[in-house]
Amino acid sequence: MIGEWLDIGPVGQIAPGTARTMPVVGGEEIAVFHTLDGEFHALVNKCPHKHGPLSEGIVHGSVVTCPLHSWNISLKTGEAQGDDKGCVPVIPMRVESGRLYLKRDVLLAAAKVGA
Amino acid sequence: MVDGNNLRTAFNTSRGNGAAWTSPEGDALRRLFCVRDGLGEQGTVNAHSSNEPADGLPTGRERLVVIGNGMAGCRAVEEILARDPARFNVTIFGSEPRVNYNRIMLSPVLAGEKSFDDIVINDAAWYADNGIELISGDPVVDIDRADRRVVSRSGKVVAYDRLLIATGSDPFIIPVPGHDLAGVVTFRDLDDVDKMLAAADRGGSAVVIGGGLLGLEAAHGLALRGMQVTVIHLMPTLMERQLDEAAGWLLRDELERRGQTIITGGDTAEIVGKQGHVAGVRLKDGRELPADIVVMAVGIRPSTTLARGAGLEVGRGVLVDDHMVTSDPAIMAVGECVEHRGQCYGLVAPLWDMARSLADAAVGRPGEGYQGSVTSTKLKVSGIDLFSAGDFSGGEGCEDIVLRDAARGIYKRVVVRDNCVIGAVLYGDTADGSWYFDLLKKAEDISPIRDTLILGQAFAMGGGNTDPCAAVAALSDDAEICGCNGVSKGQVVSCIDSGAHSLDAVRSQCKASASCGSCTSLVENLLRLRLGADMESGPKTMCKCTSFTHADVRRLIVERKLKVIPQVMQELGWKTPDGCASCRPALNYYLLCAWPGEYEDDQKSRFVNERLHANIQKDGTYSVVPRMWGGVTTPDELRAIADAADKFGARMVKVTGGQRIDLFGIRKEDLPAIWGDLNAAGMVSGHAYGKSLRTVKTCVGSEWCRFGTQDSTGLGITIEKMTWGSWMPHKFKIAVSGCPRNCAEATIKDFGVICVDSGYELHVGGNGGIHVRATELLCKVETEHEALAVCAAFIQLYREEAWYLERTAPWIERVGLDYVKQALFGTPDAIGALAARFHHSQLYSQKDPWAERAAGKFAELHQPLAQFRPLVTEKA
Repeated sequence: MIGEWLDIGPVGQIAPGTARTMPVVGGEEIAVFHTLDGEFHALVNKCPHKHGPLSEGIVHGSVVTCPLHSWNISLKTGEAQGDDKGCVPVIPMRVESGRLYLKRDVLLAAAKVGA
Repeated sequence: MVDGNNLRTAFNTSRGNGAAWTSPEGDALRRLFCVRDGLGEQGTVNAHSSNEPADGLPTGRERLVVIGNGMAGCRAVEEILARDPARFNVTIFGSEPRVNYNRIMLSPVLAGEKSFDDIVINDAAWYADNGIELISGDPVVDIDRADRRVVSRSGKVVAYDRLLIATGSDPFIIPVPGHDLAGVVTFRDLDDVDKMLAAADRGGSAVVIGGGLLGLEAAHGLALRGMQVTVIHLMPTLMERQLDEAAGWLLRDELERRGQTIITGGDTAEIVGKQGHVAGVRLKDGRELPADIVVMAVGIRPSTTLARGAGLEVGRGVLVDDHMVTSDPAIMAVGECVEHRGQCYGLVAPLWDMARSLADAAVGRPGEGYQGSVTSTKLKVSGIDLFSAGDFSGGEGCEDIVLRDAARGIYKRVVVRDNCVIGAVLYGDTADGSWYFDLLKKAEDISPIRDTLILGQAFAMGGGNTDPCAAVAALSDDAEICGCNGVSKGQVVSCIDSGAHSLDAVRSQCKASASCGSCTSLVENLLRLRLGADMESGPKTMCKCTSFTHADVRRLIVERKLKVIPQVMQELGWKTPDGCASCRPALNYYLLCAWPGEYEDDQKSRFVNERLHANIQKDGTYSVVPRMWGGVTTPDELRAIADAADKFGARMVKVTGGQRIDLFGIRKEDLPAIWGDLNAAGMVSGHAYGKSLRTVKTCVGSEWCRFGTQDSTGLGITIEKMTWGSWMPHKFKIAVSGCPRNCAEATIKDFGVICVDSGYELHVGGNGGIHVRATELLCKVETEHEALAVCAAFIQLYREEAWYLERTAPWIERVGLDYVKQALFGTPDAIGALAARFHHSQLYSQKDPWAERAAGKFAELHQPLAQFRPLVTEKA
């Protein structure tokens, strides 16, 4: 029986204000963010602009600034902020008993597994 | 600090020339500022009656004499002048030998955050421009009401038509044994501050008696100046008149965390002396505390001796009516010395209203008169936000609305009675203080917004609308914007409407936000509201998160000893919770530069290249550049680079413009390993990715070249060994050319050396980027040793003063080469001092980051989380 939520490990593996990546075999890499406010967010690790690795950007508020051309991407919606237009898929997350979970079906679709 | 001494000198130059008083020049001087504290001059300005105007003064005016050169007296004069500048000839007596200053800003002066110059309200020019005679350092000792004249301590007699008493208040001294020992001071004027500063210079222990507003500000200042501070407070909680118990505890906790000792319920029995000087304080419970200085800050009382002696009606203060007139119709009184409708005030805010009512009446246009004030309090201790207003003692019919956020250290309590706010205590977040205070003063019915009242104005008024412009738009015209200078929203708006279109203009024209600056964002929002796009930005702010400029932020980090990014954001009122991708790296650099060895680099505030010590490329891989000192390499190093390129699959190997080799296409996960291999061959990070020293490019120089005049390669290597690893505002490139043919292209570098027969020409501020700029010649030196010293000093000046992401070229264009020369060569010690600071900082930065990472530091930066392998069935 496959669970609805995928356990990706303890919260402590991502320091506040940083991100870690999660490779997906046969699909797009996911970036998992931990904001300074203590929120967790997961996005496909590709800026909608030129596919920069968002996981390497500076995290501020619930926004990450892409390291390639400084687009600001909302961690909550995946939308580019300001005058820039574009969106990256967001995967719903859950934190329970100190562990992080990703919504499995959205993850599979977002990472384009098997596509 | 520019203190009273300098001002005294200024005054001395314009007085004492008795013979000149009768000349026109003398009259001008006399109107400028007459500090006539010598008895010998008494005869020159003797009693003149109202029928005989003083020499040189405009005739036909009433004579207004003001006793007290403090905030109240001068504010009243300002208000009168604003209404009718030609009505009075004004003479102001002050007991302090200086111009009028903002007394409530003495705390920042003590804490080292302001200088005396910063807190002057009216400088000497103001007295001169308005024809006001200032007699300072010579207090009035007698009022002769029958003859309408006053007598000063030096025996000077001046006649009046109208007299204004603005003597303020006196600090209360508890009459315990030892209260008159040397080293027992109060906290009332600049002389007190000077005494405390002198004591702090000697170090040791300070005891502050009194845990009220003034006592805590004194304690804070003394603690910042390095003294061991103990606060003794008689009551069980600090600032019990302004704070409830909960906020009092939060405050105590914070002060103790900062190293102060707080004794509540402490009753002083005796101040213990030793050879006539204070040595300690003994409490009634027997405890004894050592003390090199004792600050008595237990309270103030209206200074009424003069008024009482003149037979005026006096209660606790000088009794006045709503127009601030005393029992003698020719005599007015204003400020802390008065009692109005049974109230005495010890805070600054009531002054503004009193002065307005007084001025209306004094120029013959009495208005509604002074109606009394509801006061609010802010504690001026940096880093502690605390606001209180009104009544929060609770009681019949009172309801409390409380919000606590322990994580952020916030406590808010609003007391409501009959649907009106009657009191508010805010700790940790005081942004809505002026709004609650406004609701309180207006007795507005808050029932429609009761549910969200505690969340603050933006939320309560806009249903979650957090537009700060809407928030100030909602304030009423008489809402107070600037508490330090008593400026209302209406006054700021009319100042803006009359042409002040920038923050600086508003500050200089109506003084709003010109003192402590805590209302800066309110003023800015008013500018935005009135002018929209026409608002003239002042100096460019650092980013949208703050209203401070780069220069301000750098200065305040040092002045206020701010040590970590959240503290900077907290104390400087950042508008965002944790900054943005612009300000975070800048703050990280500024702190690193200000506190070498002490500040811990914040990796999450570093741009990816500096965090991963490699240059990110468009495909998300990295390029790796090992350092080649002076552009010199060896076959072994080249072999190791070739091996590394093979082993880690470098897709391109390229020679850089900075004379080294770049390996492209390295994966993030492989970085520590490739660094380990390069380290093993003796190479370290080239910092090709950093806002830091990049390379020192050289030509071969005299060792090989037939034109070479000096060993440019050797000097280049020495410079690179001295400067590598240093973080800078932006990237920094150096080159050394062995002769004026300049093969190393030293004249488009940040620092370039051109060797000549007689020594070394040192050039600065070149740039080969978008805007090509040739260097300017900084100086010429004879020895390598001198060249190295100037290099280190120049770099340090740039490090300390340039703005983040400002290359040396725009920096020098901004400040001017002359400024740089002055900073380096203006004093004989400058080069040595700057170079010493550079070398000190290098002690902590010359650690190869690659070696640390290869050894496993920050491994998580390079490693992904566990891989996710979808099930076969999911791959459909």
